[in-house]
Amino acid sequence: MTTNFATSPTRASALFDRLQQNRYLGLIGLAVAALAPFITATNYALSVMTSALLFVMLAVGLNIVVGYCGLLDLGYAAFFAIGAYVSGVLATRYGWPLLATVPVVIVAAVVAGIVIGGPTLRLRSDYLAIVTLGFGEIIRITANNLTITGGPSGIYGIPGITLLGIDLSGPVGLYYTCVVVVALAVLGAARLGRSRLGRAWRFIREDEDAAEAMGINTYRVKLAAYIGGAIWGGLAGILFGAQLSAISPPSFTFLWSALILMAVVLGGMGSTPGVVLGAIFISVLPELLREAADYRYFVFGILLIVVMIFRRQGLWPARAVERQSRRDLREAEKHDAGKAKEVVP
Amino acid sequence: MSTGGTAPLLRVQDLHLDFGGVKAVDGLSFQVNEGDLLSLVGPNGAGKTSAFNCITGFYKPTGGSITLHGADITGLRPSAIAARGTSRTFQNLRLFGELTVLDNVRAGTHLRLRQNALDALLHTPRFRRSEREATDEANRWLDFVGLRGDRGGLARNLPYGEQRRVEIARALARRPTVLLLDEPAAGLNYGEKTELLDLLHRISGLGTAIVLIEHDMDLVMQVSRRIVVLNFGREIADGTPEEVRRNPDVIEAYLGKDDEEEATSEEMMSRE
Repeated sequence: MTTNFATSPTRASALFDRLQQNRYLGLIGLAVAALAPFITATNYALSVMTSALLFVMLAVGLNIVVGYCGLLDLGYAAFFAIGAYVSGVLATRYGWPLLATVPVVIVAAVVAGIVIGGPTLRLRSDYLAIVTLGFGEIIRITANNLTITGGPSGIYGIPGITLLGIDLSGPVGLYYTCVVVVALAVLGAARLGRSRLGRAWRFIREDEDAAEAMGINTYRVKLAAYIGGAIWGGLAGILFGAQLSAISPPSFTFLWSALILMAVVLGGMGSTPGVVLGAIFISVLPELLREAADYRYFVFGILLIVVMIFRRQGLWPARAVERQSRRDLREAEKHDAGKAKEVVP
Repeated sequence: MSTGGTAPLLRVQDLHLDFGGVKAVDGLSFQVNEGDLLSLVGPNGAGKTSAFNCITGFYKPTGGSITLHGADITGLRPSAIAARGTSRTFQNLRLFGELTVLDNVRAGTHLRLRQNALDALLHTPRFRRSEREATDEANRWLDFVGLRGDRGGLARNLPYGEQRRVEIARALARRPTVLLLDEPAAGLNYGEKTELLDLLHRISGLGTAIVLIEHDMDLVMQVSRRIVVLNFGREIADGTPEEVRRNPDVIEAYLGKDDEEEATSEEMMSRE
């Protein structure tokens, strides 16, 4: 029934389609993020909003793996942890500025993606889910037991971000840093999703054998999705360290992986606006429910169930439908009229 | 292209495929020449689709060899074989249902598009150009197969016959030298079959070799230049439609007409 709602040509859904295909949608979202502190800018509000942005980045990264490519990853927090720890260790023990850790984090994320993805991506989905679940735990437990990661007490005193001598470590500076980074991350993931590689991911999600038959090396393309997700997660980890200035193994439990996955599913798998919305929903809602005190997570859970019952495809599902460009339609008309088809160079 | 005119495009030699004790393919040999339009026929369970799956890499043959353009492709992964110039459709239609018709056909262009992740992130001119090429090419193949229906809509929303066309367009967009079609006429009505016949001739006219698995003997007899008949995993006849029609082994095994062979023929039909 929900599907009927989505495809029926009512005025509301037509408007929704237009909105969804609106190329300025991203700019509107960016403007909202940029202007939000002018409405409320308490330290608490800024911290909630910064966390929401980090969550958006994680969800968009996991969306590459789960939404585009259809690989169920239950250990996504591992990459988040790797990013946070690599940058945290370099910054606190070796005095690197956080920005300088970015390339190292990217390399670490790629290596981790290959190490985990290499053997596991030969498996079909349910096995993959179990293995990634295990991997998520391995990373956390390793961090808990190594000296360099500070063991159970973790790392503290992670510096804020400074760019060209400008100190961005305050709540406002950090928030706007996150706005810029996360905006680029969202744009980047969306662009990848609409490219040759993004199409190959979707082909695999839809039918792996048919994708292979078209000459797509599904193993390599899946690994690319996994590495992409790892990079997004790793970079979000740097921002996470900068925000909290202290990280420890309990920050990267399975609950994180589950919540990020929930943001993707709730928002609409494979849909960029959906996943952004889902991430904001998942991260901000518990804060808005503080009134409910002890029942906070109970209400949160009920709301999630209600949403999933009434909108199974997500809050803002992906729409694969593409409007043919005017040029295509004109050509089609010409073709129908029996005229020679104009070949566009 | 680089191969000599006499060398076969695709050569299957002594192909074996066992599933436990079952011999799905049992010593099959045949070859496909440039520009061939070859049909593989035989009752269900004769090993036609199994042979297809071995050729395209979905099954690893337990014995024998397959060469394409003179190079051994036995046991390569399907994408590697496809990259060397084969393309296929599936018996039970395997479209990307939740994607648009255009996207389905763009899949065929995947290997030729020159763009990398960085081009996609930065939307370089190269990216825009290759996306435009993919769209134009997808549209051209959809014109070629004569698709009726919304190209921007989801593939699963098309009627069955049109979905069959999209699958062929997708396979053609791969620009194969050998196109393997697994029962393309299954489920089509009379008019659609006539159109398929015409389409097969036009594909052949492009210089593409076609290997066809088909149960509709009318279609097979009309369209094939050569027919290979399989039974119990081995070849029992290979020749022009006329030769195959007259071949006593085939008549006995498959097209039985004599009164005393009525039983055999019926048995074969019931196995279908």
